[in-house]
Amino acid sequence: MNFDYTEDQKSLKDEARRYLNAVSPITVVRAVLEADGDGCDSGLWKQIGEQGWCAAAIPESYGGLEMGYVELCALAEELGRALAPVPFASTVYCFAEALLAVGTDAQKEELLPQVCSGDLIGTLAVSEGAGVLTPERIATRFADGRISGAKVPVVDGLVAGKAVVLAAADTGPGLFLVDLGGEGITREKVSTIDPTRGEARIVFDDAPAQPLGDGVDGIAALSGIEDRAAVLMAFEQLGGADRCLEMARDYALERYAFGRQIGSYQAIKHKLADVFVKNEVARANAYYGAWALSTDAPELPLAAAAARVAACEAYWHAAKENIQTHGGIGFTWEADCHFFYRRARHLGLVIGSPRDWKRRLATRLEARVAAEVD
Amino acid sequence: MNFDDSAEEAAYRAEVRTWIAANAPDLSHLTAEERRNWHPRHKEVARAWQATKADAGYACISWPKERGGAGGTAIEEAIFNQEEARAGVQFTYFMTGLHMLLPALMEHSSDPASLAQVAPAVRGDTIWCQLFSEPSSGSDSAGVRCAAVREEVDGVPGWRINGQKVWNSGAQAADFGMVVARTNPDAPKHKGLTVFWTDMKAPGLEVRPIRMMSGDNELNEVFLTDVFIPDNQRVGEVDGGWKVVISTLMNERAALGSGTGLNWRDVIKLAGETPSFDGMALDDPAFREWLADYYVQSEAIRLTSFRTLTSLSKGHAPGPESSAGKLLWSSTTQDMTSVVLNVLDHFGMVDDPEIAAASGAFQHRFMWSPGLRLGGGTDEIMKNIIAERVLGLPGDIRVDKNVPFRDIPHGR
Ligand SMILES: Cc1cc2nc3c(=O)[nH]c(=O)nc-3n(C[C@H](O)[C@H](O)[C@H](O)COP(=O)(O)OP(=O)(O)OC[C@H]3O[C@@H](n4cnc5c(N)ncnc54)[C@H](O)[C@@H]3O)c2cc1C
Repeated sequence: MNFDYTEDQKSLKDEARRYLNAVSPITVVRAVLEADGDGCDSGLWKQIGEQGWCAAAIPESYGGLEMGYVELCALAEELGRALAPVPFASTVYCFAEALLAVGTDAQKEELLPQVCSGDLIGTLAVSEGAGVLTPERIATRFADGRISGAKVPVVDGLVAGKAVVLAAADTGPGLFLVDLGGEGITREKVSTIDPTRGEARIVFDDAPAQPLGDGVDGIAALSGIEDRAAVLMAFEQLGGADRCLEMARDYALERYAFGRQIGSYQAIKHKLADVFVKNEVARANAYYGAWALSTDAPELPLAAAAARVAACEAYWHAAKENIQTHGGIGFTWEADCHFFYRRARHLGLVIGSPRDWKRRLATRLEARVAAEVD
Repeated sequence: MNFDDSAEEAAYRAEVRTWIAANAPDLSHLTAEERRNWHPRHKEVARAWQATKADAGYACISWPKERGGAGGTAIEEAIFNQEEARAGVQFTYFMTGLHMLLPALMEHSSDPASLAQVAPAVRGDTIWCQLFSEPSSGSDSAGVRCAAVREEVDGVPGWRINGQKVWNSGAQAADFGMVVARTNPDAPKHKGLTVFWTDMKAPGLEVRPIRMMSGDNELNEVFLTDVFIPDNQRVGEVDGGWKVVISTLMNERAALGSGTGLNWRDVIKLAGETPSFDGMALDDPAFREWLADYYVQSEAIRLTSFRTLTSLSKGHAPGPESSAGKLLWSSTTQDMTSVVLNVLDHFGMVDDPEIAAASGAFQHRFMWSPGLRLGGGTDEIMKNIIAERVLGLPGDIRVDKNVPFRDIPHGR
């Protein structure tokens, strides 16, 4: 058994950290936040594309590096730690995975090489407004090669060139490929709690669209894509949560109150120990998800839901207690703590909230027990 | 024990309700943006409302008439506050002065010029701010370094103040501030402090806004460089300031502990309108279970404030118990906003007032809630107070007691 990164994977991760420290220091995140624009540093995105990171897990036959999913998880962990303001998750975990999972050969051949080079930003457009979107409530319609409706919020919707859109059709809900630069599309920026990740409202007015794949059940396909994205995103969350813990620990060592380091008070020690334990819960479940993802194991749906539930909780907890440990300083705009607070909740909502994933998890547990009985 | 109004209380409540309905400001013509705290239009509405109340004898009802109050009872005041909150016209601008600082001023000062400042504050004509915290003195509120040295200027005995304050809510708009300074650095730290009040426009006093993570700018740094404060503006004894500080902090926690802002009604409304799984979020059993837990906690905050009120009406000062209310209120608020974001699902991240659920009020609160767990005493300090002062558990080993202030170890 080896339930850890291999030496090669560790050195990839170290190298990624060094690289991101150089090209994506926290000042880059702040600049994107303060610019309050499309939530993306396009120069950084170009560099990451040139590094080949988008291609890490994509098969060689589509122009990828085919390094493997554990390698992609290692990169995700570092991107999450750096809070890199780039459309990596939308493009690589969601859009590319959607193509790989259900796209036709022609679609994959056309689009994946562009994803690999970083030239094409893609995203997934699911939500239509407040609340959990169930199949019956999908209002966006597809018919005769055209799509109409509105999606909000769409992550990276301002910078994406293509989207995979969930829409209802006569044959039931399906996934459709739409060119966001094409006719019938209006998009506007939507302000959110995390301006370091851009979001848009996209209106489709008889926009040309093609079904993704062939005769795909949209709901089942989406759920499978989200499972894969959930594992990768869990690593971003873990990277962020670990960074929060380090920040809090460092501050607890240097700040004094009542003549003592605040880290010498049990209230702070236990707080940080609790953060550590939650991070370890997230790590264990994320690693298991990475194994399931990289081996296409039948356990993936359960492992992915567990990874997501644990990662959402860990990051949220770490981000808020990091602020708390910093006291008043932590509440300021000038401190970096709030970047993580924002990102923690952003990532916790982006492919559906933990509420939804806890239900998925419980359903999958039931299914597993039922399968064991047979 | 009962929560019913007596016959007179019921009559008073009816009278107050009618009066509020007839006189309350109409906020509906303000945009969502303008309805936010510290927006000039919002502040103007609050100021006018405070004056209207004062003229009708509904501001600081339990305070003596010569201080701008109405000479009424604490119960009447509580009834009015409840009705005001019910009508959605309770504002926070004057709370620091009226709930925290001026009661301490009235208790610890007998100077006529100082006491003359109370009535205008009751009318909302002046705003007060609290100048206690410093970069290295937050939780450790007796660790003040801002120094006051005796000096006489043009025959007026007084004090020369030098130092820096921080996290001062509303200082950018305040007319007066209450400041704690060290008058004896050779005494142990609680024994060398003195409290004063100052004009915020005094020469040498500079206010710089601090941007908070929520994007709002209502916290400030205040720099005092050779600021002169006449001795009659001293509140309490020389080197006896800790007593004054404690009475303001107790008042603050009691006020914060009574809980304001978005409440379970707002949550129910939102959950009833938000689709989720098989119906609305409000139909979801897991949500209902959370809602029940949230309700009992927030209701406890409200009911505990009645117990505080009962004890106030018997002439007791707010005690360490109110720390429980402050602790509950801040942590449940953060938890509640996060749950609401989850209920909204992907859309929970949207805070654009034009399209967000409840005009983005929950997202704004979400970004504010970390501050609630810090301001007015942190969660950890509230728990220490409960453990040590309510339960009688031994305190932490102290390295900062009974040594001269200048010898206490310090870091960043
Ligand atoms: C929104 C807001 C409004 C405010 N308004 C005002 C105001 O109007 N006027 C004013 O003077 N101040 C104000 N403050 C300041 C506030 O009182 C301080 O921020 C607070 O007391 C914490 O102090 P600090 O920021 O220095 O943090 P620190 O005291 O440095 O605390 C850092 C961390 O250490 C913990 N800690 C410290 N001591 C102990 C201990 N003994 N045991 C266990 N844990 C400990 C704290 O709980 C915290 O988690 C405000 C603050 C905020 C956030």
